Amino acid sequence: MPSRDAKVDTKKNTPPVRVESLSKSFGKQVVLKRISLEVGLGETLSVLGRSGTGKSVLLKLIIGLHKPDSGSIRVNGRDVTKLTLKELNEVRKKVGFLFQQAALYDSLTIEENVGFPLRRHSNLSGEQSRKRVRDLLASVGMEKDAHKLPGELSGGMQKRVGLARALALEPDILLFDEPTAGLDPITAAEIDDLILRLQKERHMTSVVVTHDIHSARAVSDRVALMRDGQFLIEGTFEDLQKSRDPFVVQFLGGS
Amino acid sequence: MPYSEAQVDQTRTLDAIGTWLWKFFEWFGDLALFCGRLARSAVTPPYEIREFIHQFDELGSKSLPLVALAGAATGIVLTLSTRDSLIRFGAKSFLPAVVIFSIIKESGPIITALVVSGRAAAGIGAELGAMKVTEQIDAMEASAVNPFNFLVATRVLACMLMLPLLTLVADFFGILMGWAANTAAEPISLQLFIHAGFKNVTFNDFLPPTLKTIVFGLLIGVISCFQGMNARGGTQGVERAATNSVVLASLFIILADVLLVRLILVFFS
Repeated sequence: MPSRDAKVDTKKNTPPVRVESLSKSFGKQVVLKRISLEVGLGETLSVLGRSGTGKSVLLKLIIGLHKPDSGSIRVNGRDVTKLTLKELNEVRKKVGFLFQQAALYDSLTIEENVGFPLRRHSNLSGEQSRKRVRDLLASVGMEKDAHKLPGELSGGMQKRVGLARALALEPDILLFDEPTAGLDPITAAEIDDLILRLQKERHMTSVVVTHDIHSARAVSDRVALMRDGQFLIEGTFEDLQKSRDPFVVQFLGGS
Repeated sequence: MPYSEAQVDQTRTLDAIGTWLWKFFEWFGDLALFCGRLARSAVTPPYEIREFIHQFDELGSKSLPLVALAGAATGIVLTLSTRDSLIRFGAKSFLPAVVIFSIIKESGPIITALVVSGRAAAGIGAELGAMKVTEQIDAMEASAVNPFNFLVATRVLACMLMLPLLTLVADFFGILMGWAANTAAEPISLQLFIHAGFKNVTFNDFLPPTLKTIVFGLLIGVISCFQGMNARGGTQGVERAATNSVVLASLFIILADVLLVRLILVFFS
């Protein structure tokens, strides 16, 4: 399991994310079929695949927003499928989630959005909390827009704020759901750079769900390609490029 | 042996009725589970006091003008229509009592509930529906914040506590405008109107009907939050959540009123 950062030794630690034989259906539609994956400490895994193949569902299962039909999901060593809500919330505090459309709270300002998790889960004073929010917004280049509402921001700016909010509780793990979807190539590259910079600074374990091959190549240590609810191939991006599988060749066609 | 056309039609009709009944009971089952989760959240910390105050203020300030207007209109209409009938029966002196009894016992509470249902239920259904379809509720859960504590319990409690206060506003404007409408036809002092109207009013005539609006508030809050939290399918889902919130909340209010009026008569007459 290669890692970009030499300081991180994944073998000595329990993998922060370990999924085993996970299955999930919605009614008659089978979304995930007994999939397994492991993400090492400080590693970034990108899950690639066509739209509607269950990539986002996988992320929501990892954070306990959906219940699996079978299988186990261990986050920081705890099986989230077997936890009470209180225990699950403790696990969630250590996991940041960037949603596809950023999912910022419409009625709150940017500042309030980023401060929302802090207000509930930290012991910071009002001034300390405001400073932390300012720092987080500065780290994603959004400090000047602190008093705006989400509706006043572009898609890329919303993603930046979503990322700042995801980082508010200083998580160990970050989950990205299509971080570059709907963005122009320049903004998408800026988001990729931001993800890379944060990974370098904070050494976080990340799972990136995307169908953007360029983004996956830029931010990942390892990639896994999904097809029909299963992983077709897993390895480095170079491994994917070497594959002769027609679907892999077709998927990478543009790269 | 092939089925006749009539038999096929009959099977289809039975199938459609079966599906409808299944959905009907499924809806009530889901609502019961939702209420159970709400009840647990309402008594489990953290208590979102700030959000509750915000919702209480929002609901009150936005519904107040409408409730006052509806109460005033009810007072005028009641006075005009009752006055004509009472004159015919030679009982004109009973007008203040009839108007005031009618407003505080039934018109004020039900009009308030229906107006708030139209105003707040649609708002809550649409707001939570939009939050649901844009993953804001998922984001809240992912931030380890229980959306039932933060979004649902606060709104339901705000509805329950605000309804009786708004009912007092509707009662006040109804009685005031009832007097004004009567005075336009035949001048009478406000003091005399109030005195004649409230002469035989007891707390049992006033308190139970006013407090029954707590149940109306509960219905508005629960149904609109339930519809919003279960919205699916983009903007159409939000629209459905808003419309269903108003329609179902109004319907349940009217049905609950039948039951509550009967209970009040049994226990407080």
